Amino acid sequence: MSNWEPKILALLCNWCSYAGADLAGVSRMQYPPNVRVVRIPCSGRVDPLFIVKTLQSGYDGLFVSG
Amino acid sequence: MSLKSRSVMVVGAGIAGIQAALDLAEMGIKVHLVEESPSIGGRMPQLDKTFPTNDCSMCILAPKMSESVRHPNIKIYTTSIVDSVSGVPGNFKAVITEKAKYVNQEKCVSCGLCEEKCPVKIDDEFDMKLRKRGAISRYFLQSIPSEYTIDRRSCLYLNKGVCRICEKVCPAGAIDFDDKDKQYEINVGAVILSSGIDTFNPIHFGNFGYKRYPNVVTSLEFERMLSASGPLGGHVIRPGDHKEPKSLAFIQCVGSRDENINHNYCSSACCMFAIKEAIIAKEHIKDLQPSIFYMDIRAFGKDFDKYYEKSKSKYGVEYIKSKVSDISQDDEGNLILKYVFENGEIQYKKFDMVVLSIGLQPRNNITELAEKLNFNLNEFGFCRSDANTPLNTTSEGIYVCGAMNAPKDIPESVTTSSGAVAETLKFLRLERQDLTDKKGAVPEMDVSGDRPRIGAFVCHCGINIAGVVDVKAVAEHAGTQPNVEFSGNLIYACSQDCMNTIKEKIKEHNLNRIVVAACTPRTHEPLFRETISEAGLNPYLFEMANIRDQCSWAHMNEPELATAKSKDLISMGIAKARELKPLKRLPIPIDPRAMVIGGGLAGMTAAISLAEAGHEVYLVEKENELGGNLRNIFFNFEDDPQELLADTIDKLRKNRLIHIHMSTEIQKIDGYVGNFKSTLLKKGSDQPVIVEHGAVIIATGADEHESKEYLYGESSRIISQVELERMMKDKKFPGGRKPQNVVMIQCVGSREEGKMYCSRICCTKAVKNAGVLKKMLPNANIYIVYRDVRTYGFREKYYSELRGKGAMFVHYTPDNKPEVALVNDMDPDTQVNVTVFDPIVNRNIEIKADLLVLSTAVDAKKENLDLAKMLKVSLNTDGMFLEAHAKLRPVDFATDGVFLAGLAHGPKDCSESITQAKAAASRAMTFLNKKAVLAEGTICEVNESRCTACGYCEQICAYNAIEINKEKEVAKVNDALCKGCGACVASCRCGALDLRGFTNEQMFSAFESLDIINVMNE
Repeated sequence: MSNWEPKILALLCNWCSYAGADLAGVSRMQYPPNVRVVRIPCSGRVDPLFIVKTLQSGYDGLFVSG
Repeated sequence: MSLKSRSVMVVGAGIAGIQAALDLAEMGIKVHLVEESPSIGGRMPQLDKTFPTNDCSMCILAPKMSESVRHPNIKIYTTSIVDSVSGVPGNFKAVITEKAKYVNQEKCVSCGLCEEKCPVKIDDEFDMKLRKRGAISRYFLQSIPSEYTIDRRSCLYLNKGVCRICEKVCPAGAIDFDDKDKQYEINVGAVILSSGIDTFNPIHFGNFGYKRYPNVVTSLEFERMLSASGPLGGHVIRPGDHKEPKSLAFIQCVGSRDENINHNYCSSACCMFAIKEAIIAKEHIKDLQPSIFYMDIRAFGKDFDKYYEKSKSKYGVEYIKSKVSDISQDDEGNLILKYVFENGEIQYKKFDMVVLSIGLQPRNNITELAEKLNFNLNEFGFCRSDANTPLNTTSEGIYVCGAMNAPKDIPESVTTSSGAVAETLKFLRLERQDLTDKKGAVPEMDVSGDRPRIGAFVCHCGINIAGVVDVKAVAEHAGTQPNVEFSGNLIYACSQDCMNTIKEKIKEHNLNRIVVAACTPRTHEPLFRETISEAGLNPYLFEMANIRDQCSWAHMNEPELATAKSKDLISMGIAKARELKPLKRLPIPIDPRAMVIGGGLAGMTAAISLAEAGHEVYLVEKENELGGNLRNIFFNFEDDPQELLADTIDKLRKNRLIHIHMSTEIQKIDGYVGNFKSTLLKKGSDQPVIVEHGAVIIATGADEHESKEYLYGESSRIISQVELERMMKDKKFPGGRKPQNVVMIQCVGSREEGKMYCSRICCTKAVKNAGVLKKMLPNANIYIVYRDVRTYGFREKYYSELRGKGAMFVHYTPDNKPEVALVNDMDPDTQVNVTVFDPIVNRNIEIKADLLVLSTAVDAKKENLDLAKMLKVSLNTDGMFLEAHAKLRPVDFATDGVFLAGLAHGPKDCSESITQAKAAASRAMTFLNKKAVLAEGTICEVNESRCTACGYCEQICAYNAIEINKEKEVAKVNDALCKGCGACVASCRCGALDLRGFTNEQMFSAFESLDIINVMNE
């Protein structure tokens, strides 16, 4: 397990954090590739169920940003 | 006026030109947008961040750029200039020359191979010569149009007849050396000029060593250094030795406020620009010490002073009020500044790097343009416009916006753009637009009940994605996913031919869901949605996987992991797409009438603009007299404010479309964009009147601050500026004698704890009133006790004139305010003693004043809060109305259909209020000129059988879009108000709510699509 990398799901608000992730790309800022982004219309959309479901699906961590 | 046209030419496609084009296009007017450079965008793309919000400049501009290139009513001409304009307003003929680009714009795929192989390397103007580019190049990374062009001045083949390398390497065969200049002749009803400004070149200026000392740069060069997408990738280094600077000096007013070079004006934006750069630089280099050398810090805009204060308290930016006279360089490339304080004291200080805050000046080709289009320039060479007609040039039918007629920052430029649009309307034939039935629109296929048949497309984006990600493997992977009927690659998914491919594949494979793995949906989703609807699919049956911005660009050094991530992202997109449902966008009808709240200058001007364009207006004024604050202004530099007031009232009263409701309060405003219903009550009446309208303009004004300081009210000789104007008009002064000593104290009630904003107009007002006094009483001594003299723009001229006439300016700081004492406290007309520390003589001076004039703040109206609640709009911390976006939506609210003008937005003078009022009218008309608008499809829905009417969602909705129907005991969503945030869905305890387009089912499908546990076990 020495090279184990956590798989992280990121729920990003379309208007700020998702835009920020785009900007990071446009600016060529490099970050680890073990994050999968799902766009949401607002962080207010994040239902407690989302957190349960993602962890149940096997993700090691969840990042909500808005 | 019989001549009316359906089109307008806009000259210059910076943010001002873009905004003007978008507003006109939304009103149904055809716009010819002419731009000299190869891309639209103007100055904003060069900026890293914008003050005072530190928004990324390109990120806020890009959506406007894409919108204008996509808009069916806007035709963009790049590398083009206007040759001539002839004819009369309403029927101009304009000739435009489009310079040869030598690249077939239809074929070019913007892959960049040509520039890579081009043997010519020249300084890149966009990056302020900090980078080299080829003779064939793209203007900047996010250029629109994005195609490459050849610069004929430097191309080897075009000048020497040899090379043609680009032609050989171009995979698309787009190079066309036979390309010729093209001429277009167009008919337009009016012209809007927005060709912007140049920056001052300090090369032969002062003893600052620009271009001699490598570590002296201009503020615009520094901006490119700060920019993450700039030539240095956002790493601030000294150009001389590439070391990180630890101390940084900004020198203000380089090329501004300088009579010697005929720049006797303030460039308005550079103080804030320097503050911003100091803050951002400090964010880049934690142990950096930025220092700003200045004469006056002019942070006069909305929320600017808070930013200025924050730069001191949070970022430790040092401010040194002095004049830098000389810079020398030591052996290590450090710079030694020699600077002089007000009292004549000279000091020296060493800095690692120096930034010259260069001023703004007219465009170098403005004289040529003025001759061609026959408009006049002012004394400084800017396009001439007058205070009461700030958007008119001297040529009828030709209007001006942006910084072309005076230095301006971004929000002011945007405001003038919308304002100029309102002015053109009298030469245009407006027709209320139906919901656009596009020509040959394909009827929508009914796919309900059909098994999902998904088409997945993976974009190469030239080398942007394909250079890192194995796009073929991603497409193959997509093909293995359930329900995917077709998968394939596209070189540039957004190019016209690739979009045609998508449409063909939809037909060929009978696809009913489309997934595109490419760039970001934030910019490209609308384009693809439009494309699939052209093939008969509901536009919401579309999903994007962002494998460029959030993958290939972010993991450039890990191609295998980036490919794995791309596969996951497209799988998730496909999984969500499987659950997508067609959505409807419901039409919201728009009532063409408007209500304007407030009968001051802004309100009246807005009402007149709307009515002149054919809209019925209800103007509501609380008092029994029109005019608001303008009633108390009797002097101006060039014209008579009372004449302006009388003219405006006259125009207002004569217009039959305007219904004036005097002495009337608003009791209630219900409804939403296009469908407002307001209850008005006239004073003394108990019969409320109900009016219906499609838009609201708030122009409720502001109050003059009543001072609690400086013994205001204790002597008839202690007065406010407004009271002084009345005295000067009546020529009656306290005690019946002409005053000999007059002291004015600035910033009374402004720029202090709890009211940390600049009232903007008081410096100019003090200068104006002092000038009037000086004319009336040439022997009077006038002292203006100030913190910073903020006579921005061309107002600077009057300030230096007044200094020339002998008025004395004494600087004070808030911790050492002037002291005021009554000479005889038994006498209500007593003179007052003013004691103030004068830094020039370095001691206290005492003035026995016959008049003490307090330059009091502009206060927000207390009633703002009630109105804000009624309309569901916000106020800022100072109680002023808060616009939708500080930079790019300065007269809109986040709530559709509500607009803002005048002092209610923040302090401003008459000329600025007129501009903003016209802008608000014009923004309102972008709605009012439509018969209906479409609500968004991704809105909330209620499953009534599950709803228990607990009311939780109603409380949580920030947009008042949910209401509990008490009779049926269920929640009801108002489709027009719902913004689709989904906060209610997350709050609903019974699972009765769901968000279309982001349903639980769709989201879960995406979450569960990856076989993560198995991957881990491998």
